[in-house]
Amino acid sequence: MAAGGRTVLQFSTQSTANLSAKVHPLVIFNICDCYVRRPDQAERVIGTLLGSVLPDGTVDIRNSYAVPHTESAEQVALDIEYHHNMLVSHQKVNPKEVIVGWYSTGLGVTGGSALIHDFYSREVPNPVHLTVDTGFRNGEGTVRAYVSVNLALGDRQLAAQFQEIPLDLRMVEAERVGFDILKTTSVDKLPTDLEGMEVTMQRLLALIDDIYKYVDDVVEGRVAADNSIGRFISDTVAALPKLSPPAFDKLVNDSLQDQLLLLYLSSITRTQLGLAEKLNTAAQIL
Amino acid sequence: MAASSAPRSFLQVAATEEVVSPLRVVQIEGLVILKIIKHCKEFSPALVTGQLLGLDVGSVLEVTNCFPFPIREEDEEIEADGANYQLEMMRCLREVNVDNNTVGWYQSTILGSYQTVELIETFMNYQENIRRCVCIIYDPSRSNQGVLALKALKLSDSFMELYRANSFTGEKLREKNLSWVDIFEEIPIKVSNSALISAFMTELEADTPVTQCDYDRLQLSSNPYMERNMEFLIECMDDLSMEQQKFQYHYRNLSRQQAQQQAWLQKRRAENMARKAAGEEPLPEEDPTNPIFKPIPEPSRLESFLITNQIANYCNQINGVAGQSFNRLYLMKALHDN
Repeated sequence: MAAGGRTVLQFSTQSTANLSAKVHPLVIFNICDCYVRRPDQAERVIGTLLGSVLPDGTVDIRNSYAVPHTESAEQVALDIEYHHNMLVSHQKVNPKEVIVGWYSTGLGVTGGSALIHDFYSREVPNPVHLTVDTGFRNGEGTVRAYVSVNLALGDRQLAAQFQEIPLDLRMVEAERVGFDILKTTSVDKLPTDLEGMEVTMQRLLALIDDIYKYVDDVVEGRVAADNSIGRFISDTVAALPKLSPPAFDKLVNDSLQDQLLLLYLSSITRTQLGLAEKLNTAAQIL
Repeated sequence: MAASSAPRSFLQVAATEEVVSPLRVVQIEGLVILKIIKHCKEFSPALVTGQLLGLDVGSVLEVTNCFPFPIREEDEEIEADGANYQLEMMRCLREVNVDNNTVGWYQSTILGSYQTVELIETFMNYQENIRRCVCIIYDPSRSNQGVLALKALKLSDSFMELYRANSFTGEKLREKNLSWVDIFEEIPIKVSNSALISAFMTELEADTPVTQCDYDRLQLSSNPYMERNMEFLIECMDDLSMEQQKFQYHYRNLSRQQAQQQAWLQKRRAENMARKAAGEEPLPEEDPTNPIFKPIPEPSRLESFLITNQIANYCNQINGVAGQSFNRLYLMKALHDN
């Protein structure tokens, strides 16, 4: 019902309402590594993001590779052939990973980024732009994801706006295992399984100590009692299976005996190996 | 004589061989570990391989990057494709300043069963081109137990010489004092990360008091894993006993042949005596054309060595898991008592 003189600025938000992105830590590692290795005259690193789009609309970013580019005040040039070559090579290994967007280091979005985003939107319908701030300008490392939204005035396209979408760092369990190793600058040796057990048990002990202290504090009135925590604690304690001591002892002893049997078998096997090897090489043809 | 004090000519310097310092530690970057884990896990239970890139510095082998290999079908055209893929990846990575130097390869394994002849052959192939190469073995099935099962392996030098000579007879092995323990050498792994990455990671994922791998480690059920290990162990023992039977067979043949030789020699000697008595030329005491003098080849011990290595590996794994289970059981007991 608007007359010819009035036009309405439209923001199309429905497509980005439920869009979010999940990033695997490997991608961040890749980006940091490429940044550290960048050629001296480049200020930032640009590259492609690979991954897949999950059925609920989330973008799962799994892998990435850097693309050489040249940048000056007015223009940005991307090595497209390199980009295609790497894409083909990567897809030979994992055909399910497709382009889902691109990344650049540095905080915020610059003018040149719009052009690059345009290029990527020709390959993928709705590319995600990831920025990784390696300069730590905000005092912390920030990783942000954006999608571009078209601003239209009536029928005319005005500009593209970069809208931020929620980003989630997601990790696979196997990666979690080594995660402590990945946080420090250097680790002298990989922990063996027994050392890992030790660390875990120490953590468990620390947790139990904390709970003990909390309960003591509440009983003595030093800390206000929180009913939900109290219920939680009692639930946890009640989760221990209620077995009569003899039955429980029998269970534990049975398992212990099974493990001892296995240990015994493996020691016998090793003795046998030692013997066989001596016999094999010591035998002489008379 | 001025020769010793005169500066060495270029020819002399070029002619002296560099002393290769023994490889003491493999330094891997966190990036490589993540990539290996991701690749192996995605394709498990299929076995996958990939190439390692890095630098060889003194007694440390630095691995700074890696890329996976596509799964190859057994087809001849694809062989050339595989080589092309490798060249392409190396070229592209060089453009972004990644170290372009191959230092080895990685492969995934199931329950530690990786000692095969193919592994040795791949090692020999790599060794021809690169001075020092290493193979990293990752076991994705053990990550369910909360353990990062990553190993760096190298063939020992003495074993490589023997393999090149392709002789695995008993005497040769005794000469070199080589037993099945000496085939593979395990090298300790060190992990390093650039400061930027560790800053980011600590930032993004704060230290929680308990992580998922703690839950995995405290899990009580390790039975399925042990069962599979035992099954593999039993199969290997069967293989080993087959190899040993081959040896027995060989020995029996050998002793039978020797008995035959002795008998033939006696006969010859008796004939010669008779001939001497008759005044004729004595016949030679050896007769190379007689089939009983043909030397029987001794079966190669390589297979039995590999199998023995495998068995030892399984035993080690069983020991490790059993140790963990003991810990857990005692923990349960203590908790229950309290």
